[in-house]
Amino acid sequence: MDKQYYIGIDIGSSASKVVVTDDERLIDSFCLPTGWNSKETANTIYQKLKEKGFSDNISCAATGYGRICVEYADKVITEITCHAKGAYALFSQDGTIIDIGGQDTKIISLESGMVKDFLMNDKCAAGTGKFIEVMANRLGTDFEELYYLASNGEPLSISSMCTVFAESEVISYIGSGEKRENIAAGVIDSVANKVINLAKKHGLHGEIMLTGGLSYTPYFIELMSEKTGRQIHTHPLGRYAGAIGAAISLRPKNSNIRFG
Amino acid sequence: MLRLPENFETFPEARKAGFMKMKEHKDRGGKIVGIYCSFVPTELIMAAGAVAVSLCATSEEPISAAEEYLPSNLCPLIKASYGFGLTDTCPYFYFSDFIVGETTCDGKKKMFELLNDIKETYVMQLPSSRDEIALNMWEQEMYKFWRKLEDFYGITITEEDVKKAILEKNAERDLILEYLELSKLNPSPISGYELGTKLDALSFIPDMDERCRQIRQRIDEVKADWEQNYKGKISRKPRILITGCPNGGVRDKTIKILEELGADVVAFDTCNSNREKIEKVDTSLPVAKALAKKYLNINCSVMSPNENRLKFITDMVDEYEVDGVLEIILQACHTFSIESYNVKKAVVAKGIPYLKVETDYSKADAGQINTRLEAFLETIAV
Repeated sequence: MDKQYYIGIDIGSSASKVVVTDDERLIDSFCLPTGWNSKETANTIYQKLKEKGFSDNISCAATGYGRICVEYADKVITEITCHAKGAYALFSQDGTIIDIGGQDTKIISLESGMVKDFLMNDKCAAGTGKFIEVMANRLGTDFEELYYLASNGEPLSISSMCTVFAESEVISYIGSGEKRENIAAGVIDSVANKVINLAKKHGLHGEIMLTGGLSYTPYFIELMSEKTGRQIHTHPLGRYAGAIGAAISLRPKNSNIRFG
Repeated sequence: MLRLPENFETFPEARKAGFMKMKEHKDRGGKIVGIYCSFVPTELIMAAGAVAVSLCATSEEPISAAEEYLPSNLCPLIKASYGFGLTDTCPYFYFSDFIVGETTCDGKKKMFELLNDIKETYVMQLPSSRDEIALNMWEQEMYKFWRKLEDFYGITITEEDVKKAILEKNAERDLILEYLELSKLNPSPISGYELGTKLDALSFIPDMDERCRQIRQRIDEVKADWEQNYKGKISRKPRILITGCPNGGVRDKTIKILEELGADVVAFDTCNSNREKIEKVDTSLPVAKALAKKYLNINCSVMSPNENRLKFITDMVDEYEVDGVLEIILQACHTFSIESYNVKKAVVAKGIPYLKVETDYSKADAGQINTRLEAFLETIAV
């Protein structure tokens, strides 16, 4: 019999993540911007998988906010369950997962690899990737440079809970001639504070695992670690946690997969 | 997945249908008193020969008009209550001879001051504790409201009138409780969405006998259907208890979705259901004292302390064999929102998953709530 491929697709609000596994290991992973049409993105992913030779003997699970747009999915699961499964596979431990996404931030407690409890931020961009994107635009820069600037600045206080009002705060800092580095540091600091407040409200049990796009930024990880006084675990595949969880959900129970 | 009877009446349909019945009642010279809350002793209103009707408070429509007068960061129930009066779009408000409010939460009691400019609003001063002093004060409030009804309508309400109303109302409570307890059965024989909708719509029927007749009929139908088609086929669907704020304005994006996703909503700790129905008025006590005692014991989060509610919820978890608790908080409802900390602690201590959803009447967060509810059910169905 031909080899069976398990494909996990995580259509997030800003990026879509895809992983391909077989019974033993991760075979492939790729990431593309979601754009404005999740259905089109899902089709692009299908084409791309085909080009890579994954068209036969595949089963497919979709997650993320655009999960219902993946018409060829055999299974649809929420990002909460997928992130939990994915993070457990990556980190091989229980604890608290913090996932900072483009649209929302999730805090998930893992017990024996299962979701024990979870919390999502409430219809608000503060403390999400979107917040950083808006502020980077306002400062005429991009993600990468924003972190670089921030690492060389002294954080200014950005206290507003609302992205729109926080943007006004940033504008008034720009108007009063504050250094860009300090404003950038203030932006990142405010995201870290909001995420930590949300996490504390939920309870930071056990080891802390950070997934999502921000888990690739050493400056942010250090900041989180400083503010919680705890070690923050990350993984080179952290961005793919949701997609990996989706792929795992398709596989026979109790089968192990290696992410070396 | 959601199972509704063929003749299911949606809340807007019931509201519309009730309008004609209420008009007929009014045209015959009937008295109508508008209320907003289960703390108002409807027995006294009945004893005055009047009908107590729950006024519109669960739609987004009049909120923007209300926000011209009220802060936007206020509970949607309060904004809608005021907005319906302000825009004159609630027929029941229009038909009411006067309105009875209560000092339950801060938002409501201050809103009633403004509402009084639109239509006479009598406010009952509800204490927030349950000690002897509070009970005496609440008993005095019963007498005051009794006199208010007598003065307003120019009538005399005798103790016998009140006693009679108490007996009728107790019987109605028992019947509604029997209706609610249908879902103790497994598989659950009736949709929680149907139960909640029906209970909210009941007060649009002015005649108590008609209300009881409809409930009785539905209980018998549901029981017969269960005996014939479902008995013995134990269901593994997650059984959910709903607690928190009045959910009429958000039922479609919470309870309905839960049932569409494959859960059974089986139990309610809410003010239109068990929370108010469980305790009857003690017929061995003097009437005003008995009413005061019953209504002071309603487990609303405005009471402090309110440990009884925690015990009430955990008992219901056992009685209704609940697998998960969903707490629905209306935005800016401070008392329920703060108390949710203790509710979660009590529920989790029983080993039952708990989810809190804070929302308002807009559709803006429907997608996010959907994801949360779906994930919540995934955590239960492992």
